[in-house]
Amino acid sequence: MHSVVLVKQVPDPTGDRRLDRGDATVARDDADAVVGPLDLHALEAALTLREAGGGTVTALTVGPPRAAGALRQALATGADQAVHVVDSALHGACAPQTSAVLAAALRRVGFDLVLCGAASSDGRLGVMAALLGERLGVPHLSGLRALAVTGTTVTGERQTEDGWWELAAELPAVVSTHVLPDPPRRRTVAGIRAAQHRSVTTLTLADLGIDPATVGLAAATSRVVTADAGPARTPGRTGDPAELVRFLADRALV
Amino acid sequence: MAELTGTGEPTRATLEALTAARVLGAPVAVVLGVPGAAAGAAAELARFGAGRVLVGESAELDAALAGPRVDVLARLVADRAPAAVVVPASAEGREVAARLAVRTGSGFLTDVVGFAADGSATQLAFGGTTVVRARVTTGTPVHAWRAASLTPVPAPVDPVVEQVPVELSVTAREARVVRRVAGPAAGRPALTEASVVVAVGRGVTTAAELAAVEELADALGAAIGATRAAVDAGSCPPSCLVGQSGARVSPRLYVAVGISGAAQHWSGVRAAQTVVAVNSDPDAPVFALADFGVVGDVATVVPALTAQITAARA
Ligand SMILES: Cc1cc2nc3c(=O)[nH]c(=O)nc-3n(C[C@H](O)[C@H](O)[C@H](O)COP(=O)(O)OP(=O)(O)OC[C@H]3O[C@@H](n4cnc5c(N)ncnc54)[C@H](O)[C@@H]3O)c2cc1C
Ligand SMILES: Cc1cc2nc3c(=O)[nH]c(=O)nc-3n(C[C@H](O)[C@H](O)[C@H](O)COP(=O)(O)OP(=O)(O)OC[C@H]3O[C@@H](n4cnc5c(N)ncnc54)[C@H](O)[C@@H]3O)c2cc1C
Repeated sequence: MHSVVLVKQVPDPTGDRRLDRGDATVARDDADAVVGPLDLHALEAALTLREAGGGTVTALTVGPPRAAGALRQALATGADQAVHVVDSALHGACAPQTSAVLAAALRRVGFDLVLCGAASSDGRLGVMAALLGERLGVPHLSGLRALAVTGTTVTGERQTEDGWWELAAELPAVVSTHVLPDPPRRRTVAGIRAAQHRSVTTLTLADLGIDPATVGLAAATSRVVTADAGPARTPGRTGDPAELVRFLADRALV
Repeated sequence: MAELTGTGEPTRATLEALTAARVLGAPVAVVLGVPGAAAGAAAELARFGAGRVLVGESAELDAALAGPRVDVLARLVADRAPAAVVVPASAEGREVAARLAVRTGSGFLTDVVGFAADGSATQLAFGGTTVVRARVTTGTPVHAWRAASLTPVPAPVDPVVEQVPVELSVTAREARVVRRVAGPAAGRPALTEASVVVAVGRGVTTAAELAAVEELADALGAAIGATRAAVDAGSCPPSCLVGQSGARVSPRLYVAVGISGAAQHWSGVRAAQTVVAVNSDPDAPVFALADFGVVGDVATVVPALTAQITAARA
């Protein structure tokens, strides 16, 4: 089985995030970059499936040159190979465009199962599995808290607000993972060493047969008109329970 | 696109979306469900301004995920050329929005909290710390409406109710629900829809403290949320998790009980309008994030709070 894990390099989610003043894309240069935390769960799921049933795990990212760091991390954690789609025309891509590029790369590398995070920690749209399912003409299951593959069927559990659902889809399919039961494994020294011998395949839009004029900020399907800092929170005050209830009553909250 | 609660009522997010969408034109509501489950919602949808209610019922919807709704909406987009499609930004709603946007060759916006008459939308980004005005520039705009963003306002109309056919396409059948398992029954609002959330942290430890927090939640009509530490400690089920790896909430009031205010938790809380905190440590970071703090022990402060609230209402 060939599993492809989508990893996205994101600003460190524990830091503050903001939009660039100039063109309202994520300000990335001043934020420490890490692999999205839920993407690590997706990778863990793929590595576990490989341990149980064999096969290959490929890590795939679409992003600027420095996003190669995310692929290095995936390789050091156990992925067999890595593919990086990098092209300056991609800056400012909207989600439908990003999904078109990812889908073209997925068709190129082939896949039985595509795994991604339920939502990235920067855009947090939580839509990539559905977008890719539609682009690739395959089923998708999103937000899984557990998953398994039996024969040509992927099954999983999705937490809901009043319980959970057991879901199933036929391969090939796209799934997105929430927090899985086992904490994602970390890079090991041996893994980092082994990863140095594995190369990252770099693809451009031209390699994928995509016209650069159809992606990126200028051709995005949606456009940011204005972006402002949200309402600032006034420094809090403290008091006893009675004062708190008066505070709430003044704001019509009780 | 209407979403229904377990008892067949339109969700709050649905009524909010109807309220907000009126600025774009006369809204049409689409409601799908198993036979007998959808038609009953038409009256309530019309009370909030849906002049036309399109009802699709099929037994096959029981096992279906987003697929059939995308099929129905895509057909309506082609046949009726709406100004926009609005879906609640629930987990399923996002999937519907995403697939519909690709299928119709359109752009989509998520976490929309308002519309302007010119068709632009206001979004909250980064958990509410950035307010974005954006516009879909390609195709039929698809908007995912973020729950608890406004108070639904009735605008009653006499609805025209129309049946729409629901046929499951092959792809729609390929992903399915095998079974639905009910969790611990909660007579409380859904976390992401609630206008008040009371959240439990590691500082809430004993069964008596947990019971006191539940009483406070019920006094406020609140949903119960939790930090990762509280979930790990077994105080709350994982479905209560709020934060980076759990739910993002957007209530009018968030009550943080025994919570330190870690960044990973707070990224799910940022969109709350008013935050209050109860914590025994006067230096807890949560006090810098809260609008009002009570320094004290959960065991005494929480019951006192419940009593004061009940008294204030009497
Ligand atoms: C604040 C903000 C708001 C935005 N709002 C919109 C909007 O309303 N509409 C719109 O069309 N675009 C929007 N965008 C742009 C959109 O976020 C990006 O285009 C992005 O490619 C996809 O979004 P995501 O990371 O949120 O996806 P998600 O669906 O949250 O990502 C889920 C998973 O998909 C995988 N993945 C996502 N992107 C990549 C990638 N480039 N390479 C590899 N794997 C990936 C990862 O595994 C990730 O965990 C927004 C961006 C920001 C920062
Ligand atoms: C990748 C990653 C993802 C994560 N995702 C999430 C997430 O989605 N959601 C999440 O919540 N966390 C998440 N975490 C964990 C997060 O970093 C914090 O560890 C967690 O939020 C802390 O929970 P807490 O505030 O309940 O516990 P603590 O930080 O231990 O705080 C407990 C507080 O209770 C107070 N207290 C103790 N006793 C009492 C008492 N008797 N009365 C009153 N107050 C008392 C203490 O003063 C303290 O401030 C994540 C972490 C990582 C690394």
